[in-house]
Amino acid sequence: MKAALITFPGSNRERDMRMALTKASGGKPPVDVWHGDSDLPQGIDLIVLPGGFSYGDYLRCGAMAANSPIMREVKKRADNGTRVLAVCNGFQIACEAGLLPGALMTNAGLQFICKDVNLRVETTQSEFTKKYRKGQTIRVPVAHHDGNYTLDADAVKKLEDEDRIAFRYADPLGNVAAETNLNGSVANIAGIYNARKTVLGLMPHPENATDPMCGGMDGYGLFESIAESLA
Amino acid sequence: MKARVHVSLKNGVLDPQGRAIGQALHSLGFGDVGEVRQGKLIELELTGALASKSRPEIEAAVKDMAQKLLANTVIENFSVELVG
Repeated sequence: MKAALITFPGSNRERDMRMALTKASGGKPPVDVWHGDSDLPQGIDLIVLPGGFSYGDYLRCGAMAANSPIMREVKKRADNGTRVLAVCNGFQIACEAGLLPGALMTNAGLQFICKDVNLRVETTQSEFTKKYRKGQTIRVPVAHHDGNYTLDADAVKKLEDEDRIAFRYADPLGNVAAETNLNGSVANIAGIYNARKTVLGLMPHPENATDPMCGGMDGYGLFESIAESLA
Repeated sequence: MKARVHVSLKNGVLDPQGRAIGQALHSLGFGDVGEVRQGKLIELELTGALASKSRPEIEAAVKDMAQKLLANTVIENFSVELVG
């Protein structure tokens, strides 16, 4: 795996992401890329958009970053099949950039939510989640104000039919219900894939659950999966 | 020449902020307020060659700006008003 980690002004989870990626790829750190760069190194097989508050969340979360110089190259590479992992603000950026369908709106409760949540792994038919079991519940943190995933009903049905829902907010036993809906997201959706399943976007932070001494290891399966897939 | 772009959430898209504003108005005693929807007003000063173009051309250019950046058409509608 040869990953590129994009940093925008206002990114704040890039360091955590770097640790997780480095650990999963046997000590090889990702290439750091700045938002103002217009090119990515050759041979990159995974592009990572980390969490944070790029451009101060001006206009809409992710809207400015989606139009930054590097994103033109990210879109080009993604169109050519390079894998993209987009977490939290990265997910917002990916939606704004059109890499993923839908939009992320203000949480239904209007509160910033920072806590550990339970996610049900909806599919393991993906390079990002093949090390998990289907239906497995994992516990990882969220930290967001705008994670309310919004998409019209027909498009949600399409995601379901095409097995493109990656994670749903659930209870510890994996039950998905209105009470386990963290932020108002349609169909409890916490993460989704693009049509080819080469792009994964999710609001929770698996990179913050990759150390047994700090937050547990429930998020590590995602990094192990993609590292093994791209080995 | 100025352009005003009004951005609002599409019908059917839940607006939690609008709802909170409505509840606050009710608690202030303004009970006769129904649904509240919050939007944005973005004012653009138009300069250079664009400002001297015809109104339909300017309007088309501003709509292009709105579609590409100012509004997220997945969840938002917009309207363009030219002033001056």
